[in-house]
Amino acid sequence: MRPGSYRAEKKKFHFSTVVIYMILIVWGAGTIFPFLWVVLNSFKESSEVLSSSFSLPVNATLENYQNAFERLNVLQAYKNSLIISGSVTIGVMLLSSMMSFALTRYEFKGKKLLMSMIVASLMFPVFSTIIPVFKMIVSLKLLNTNLAVILPQIAGNLSFATIVMIGFLKSVPIEMEEAAYMEGANVYQVFGKIIVPICKASLSTVAIFSFLWSYNDLFVQKIMIRDNTKFPVSTLLEEISSKYGTDFGLMAASVTLIVFPVLIVYIMLQKNIIKGLTAGAVKG
Amino acid sequence: MLYKKKSPLLVFVIPGLLFLTIFLYLPFLENIKNSCFDMTSIVKMPGSDWKYIGADNYQKLLTDKDLMVAIANSFKMMFLTVVFEVGIGFVLAILVMNIKKGQQIFRTIFFFPIVISATAIGLLFKLFYNFNGGMLNQILLGMGHEPVNWLNPQLAFVMVSIPTLWSYVGFYFVILLTGLSDISDDIYEAAEIDGCSKLKQVGYITIPLMKSVLATCVTLAVTGALKIFDLPWVIVPNGAPQGLTHFLGTYMYQVTFGMNNYDYGSVLAIVIVVMGVLISKAVGVLTAEKKERRV
Repeated sequence: MRPGSYRAEKKKFHFSTVVIYMILIVWGAGTIFPFLWVVLNSFKESSEVLSSSFSLPVNATLENYQNAFERLNVLQAYKNSLIISGSVTIGVMLLSSMMSFALTRYEFKGKKLLMSMIVASLMFPVFSTIIPVFKMIVSLKLLNTNLAVILPQIAGNLSFATIVMIGFLKSVPIEMEEAAYMEGANVYQVFGKIIVPICKASLSTVAIFSFLWSYNDLFVQKIMIRDNTKFPVSTLLEEISSKYGTDFGLMAASVTLIVFPVLIVYIMLQKNIIKGLTAGAVKG
Repeated sequence: MLYKKKSPLLVFVIPGLLFLTIFLYLPFLENIKNSCFDMTSIVKMPGSDWKYIGADNYQKLLTDKDLMVAIANSFKMMFLTVVFEVGIGFVLAILVMNIKKGQQIFRTIFFFPIVISATAIGLLFKLFYNFNGGMLNQILLGMGHEPVNWLNPQLAFVMVSIPTLWSYVGFYFVILLTGLSDISDDIYEAAEIDGCSKLKQVGYITIPLMKSVLATCVTLAVTGALKIFDLPWVIVPNGAPQGLTHFLGTYMYQVTFGMNNYDYGSVLAIVIVVMGVLISKAVGVLTAEKKERRV
């Protein structure tokens, strides 16, 4: 190869790399920009947001945040959401590991039926069950309680979680369990001391998607919790948007407040979260 | 030996089974039953009975203009999710595969909107679209143009689609990137030696090898589009303006919980299920057929 042509090729390579980086950076900027914009504007007075939303705040103010905490009960909403999503996560982890344990370790009548029940229920969108579930919640007088959201959300995530867990547990050899049994452990000890620790990785996948789906969901929250003193974060945000739609500063501050904890967790656990949300989805 | 004794099974299976039965299967069946009754209230009042009305509600489907809009919008959205979410995700994934530094950072950034609730994203875009001083109109004013009502009947659907599509590109990007990294480098190197350009490599190597991953993405995108609710509900509640931006989910919600028409809502829920099953079957058939033709 002549030196000249080599140089030309190298240059071309560089040029295409630059273009690739430019495209990626533009998309990345487009992804981050809305969030930066909203954070920036949460420190401005509403009138300033209306007139100059692109500039840095002239008089940076925390007023919007004060408003959010005083008028809107953001802390209470966080608490409700944490209780709801935390319970959903624990419930789904517990029930799905138990079911997947039974389905991969035991032979029993109706095993096939149970398995197809689990798979088939993936085809039920939340819309198809919500009216009778709502009716049940109303007759049990559970409306406006956290349980009204927790129970259907556990059921909604359970099948999916069980399938993810089965996929993993199937590949775990049972020698260790047999050995523990020889040493005198019973089934419950085997489950608690061997199965659960072995499943840590897939359990964290399950935990991540159960928690995020539950935390981010508006539909079930909106139907089950109508009392605005009991709102979790999604319904609170929706109320802000319909009630205080003209107070731009307040809206920007509330979006920031809701996004911020998720951002922190995301930065800390990004690898697990990305894996958890995509691996889970593909398997289902 | 360990698993010979069956009694622990009850402990392990029953709780989960109860959840599935009580909160999924029984409600699902009851929903079908409810669709044939005139539900005067959500809980039967003592003394009053729900009248059996058979297929009346199903007949109503055929003449429901709002439903037609919702179905059309849902189909449009499915098409858009495949083209833009999966499409842009694929392009970005191929680009990221071709760089050495910064892969991880782009992954982190592109995926970020997925973890943010659609409600928050909806609220954010509401701030962009607002007529009085929303971000877009500030730009227009700055350039000396008249402000635009971004959520007017002609534009509303597009304006709802943009955040919906934008926020989920990263999801397919990551799935496709994982698929791409499973393709061995040797194949590309061999192609390069044979003088195959980068673009041709995508057409002759990447796409054929990615067929099954792409099919998964298309299925996910299409069934996902059928389920959207939160984002359009926040930006354009009740299908505003004039029900033009209704999707199946938002229309079902409005009928059921806005207008308290529980029985017709049940029918709409069934429509969503049937469409979901049919469409994922159709996608399965289409992608399988293509695979055979290639081979």
